[in-house]
Amino acid sequence: MELTGADIFVESLKAENVDTIFGYPGGAVLHIYDALEKDESGELTHILARHEQGALHAAEGYAKSTGKPGVALVTSGPGATNAVTGIADAYLDSVPLVVITGQVPLELIGNDAFQEVDIVGITRPCVKHNFLVKRVEDIAETIKKAFYIATTGRPGPVLVDIPKDITAQKAEFSYPEKVHIRSYNPVVVGEPQQIKDAVDLLLAAKKPVIYTGGGVILSNAANELTEFSRLLGYPVTNTLMGLGGYPASDKQFIGMLGMHGTYEANLTMNKSDLVVAIGARFDDRVTGNIEKFCPDAKIIHMDIDPSSISKNVFVDVPIVGEIKNILPALIDEIKARGTQPDADALAEWWKQIDEWRAMDCLKFEQDDKEIKAQYVVQKLWELTAGDAFVTSDVGQHQMWAAQYYSFDKPNRWINSGGLGTMGFGLPSAMGVQLAHPDETVACVTGDGSIQMCIQELATCTQYQLPIKVINLNNGYLGMVRQWQEFFYQKRYASSYMDALPDFVKLAEAYGHVGMRIEKPSDVEGALKEALALKDRLVFMDFITKKEGNVYPMIPAGAGQNEMILV
Amino acid sequence: MMRHTISILLENESGALSRVAGLFSARGYNIESLSVAATDDPTLSRMTLVTRGNEQIIDQIKKQLNKLIEVVKIMDLAEHDSVERELLLVKVKAENSVEFETIKRVVDIYRARIIDSSKTTYTVEVTGDQGKVKAFLHAMESHNVMEVVRSGALGIARGMTALKL
Ligand SMILES: Cc1ncc(C[n+]2csc(CCOP(=O)(O)OP(=O)(O)O)c2C)c(N)n1
Ligand SMILES: [Mg+2]
Repeated sequence: MELTGADIFVESLKAENVDTIFGYPGGAVLHIYDALEKDESGELTHILARHEQGALHAAEGYAKSTGKPGVALVTSGPGATNAVTGIADAYLDSVPLVVITGQVPLELIGNDAFQEVDIVGITRPCVKHNFLVKRVEDIAETIKKAFYIATTGRPGPVLVDIPKDITAQKAEFSYPEKVHIRSYNPVVVGEPQQIKDAVDLLLAAKKPVIYTGGGVILSNAANELTEFSRLLGYPVTNTLMGLGGYPASDKQFIGMLGMHGTYEANLTMNKSDLVVAIGARFDDRVTGNIEKFCPDAKIIHMDIDPSSISKNVFVDVPIVGEIKNILPALIDEIKARGTQPDADALAEWWKQIDEWRAMDCLKFEQDDKEIKAQYVVQKLWELTAGDAFVTSDVGQHQMWAAQYYSFDKPNRWINSGGLGTMGFGLPSAMGVQLAHPDETVACVTGDGSIQMCIQELATCTQYQLPIKVINLNNGYLGMVRQWQEFFYQKRYASSYMDALPDFVKLAEAYGHVGMRIEKPSDVEGALKEALALKDRLVFMDFITKKEGNVYPMIPAGAGQNEMILV
Repeated sequence: MMRHTISILLENESGALSRVAGLFSARGYNIESLSVAATDDPTLSRMTLVTRGNEQIIDQIKKQLNKLIEVVKIMDLAEHDSVERELLLVKVKAENSVEFETIKRVVDIYRARIIDSSKTTYTVEVTGDQGKVKAFLHAMESHNVMEVVRSGALGIARGMTALKL
């Protein structure tokens, strides 16, 4: 059957079982929008964001909460450049996305045509791969390849740039069943010898620690991780991206590690003799000063991406492959050996860890005067039974959300870890809510961040997304202010948020419910009330302590054992 | 900082070259020379890239190259017995026969060839490894060199080892 390029595009998405596309129209994608409009299958829903960055983060939220690829569609030129932040965000957090950009007609490419940018060139360093489609006959296969590349190996964003004229031309449509890319063959199973070597180290360790990241969640391996960790009885710490990969309420869990990680997690890492890194990448926010990182430890590193191995830290036993395949292989090998870890050494190690734990480094006191952000997050956790989807923006509120909302399940904590993109919270919550219409979705944000994609409140109105926005309003770009307090003698250069809008009125103007909460005693009641409004977006403006700080903190460049505690 | 010559087979597609070049600039790796052309299989290009770095950097370079979707295969020639050649073209001024004779003598010593001439100029071709090319350029310093063009290194492993699909 002969179809136009635009129809081929729509049919290709359906063949990939896409149900939701996030986008924003414009000249170069008019044929595609027309084809979407004419499609009567009801299989595809297009969600109109209010800014392309919002569309991209929404697609990320959809992908991060479901494990399925997110799809975004934007026009050429400014549509494409507005999408770049979201693409880079997805790249750093390994989010599977397929992003389609319209392009000026083929014969105009290179002419500085109206709304022309070389988006393939611009995004080359921040995509897993990108394509410029030059023939209508290539659209279907390119879409197939894009989904294949985005979702296999280490996931990531793939961009497909389609010139406008091609979407009007016609070609025979048949969607390829399979693609083979001769130069792309991600490794999936771990080398048997490496599995054996790892088990040797695992069983010999006296002070082991399991350190897991986003890779566990991306590989859908939370159950395997739990089985593996329980079998060994070793302490488990998660990175910011890895939260929910291991149940936070479990006694083996010692909290998040890194710059704002717990005292026990960072010290356990620092004093360990074996670090078992699973789907984590030794990011500088985790390691602190690399020279002082885990001085006595051997390192096992499991990762899907060979280039993550020995990139920042030398690794003794690398295992490249899908975490979901590697962990069962390790479990089998451990069971086959019939040997147990050294129980005495382990008991001794736990005794030490429990002493560190007794410091209770996340302790805070809520007085009856000023609301503490920590208290709000803790109440949110209690009232949602720890089972909500929580998105966040970037700043102090993000760290508090990570520290005080204990995630027991994967894919529930949705944040921008690698790029640290303010503006991520609200639009990503839209993607989560659309994918999980009956679940509670909370967006923990700050007075600075929320204003970076505030326009998406209109999208929430249009699609009736009952997100609970928890604005931890400290009147500051708090994380910047905290660094200025600690390292710039309290010179608060441009970190004070003057002229904040009346968020209650703003929410109401968009058709939502707005609440301002100023007293600690009102926090719980307000949250209950908001959570009970199942079909409304509620914007809760919590006026919190102005100069609160996130503790513990490892200053940039310091060692893991050089924490500021209060 | 070891010098490594890395041979890369990549899809012969527009954009593939800039992905490789972009990788080096984005990650701060150095490129000493780069040469690329289609192979006998027209769907593939072969690139020879000369770079420097410690073991850890070279290891990362290779992994990052392999991660590019269009890179089909790579080989680090530093890990094999290999030969390298570079092509050099030099245009020199020679306005009298004395000058010509001395140029000719250097050309003979280095087994170079004169491939073009005009009333007042000679263009010389030299092939060899980097050492020979450098030595020749050094020998020409006392002459009136107008222009120098170098191809960058090409490398191939000796014996039965081959970088093929
Ligand atoms: C797009 C973007 N610009 C700048 C920054 C740098 N930055 C990191 S945290 C932060 C402050 C965020 O303020 P707010 O949203 O009010 O959160 P708070 O720290 O006060 O909780 C800034 C400016 C960033 N991460 N992202
Ligand atoms: Mg703030």
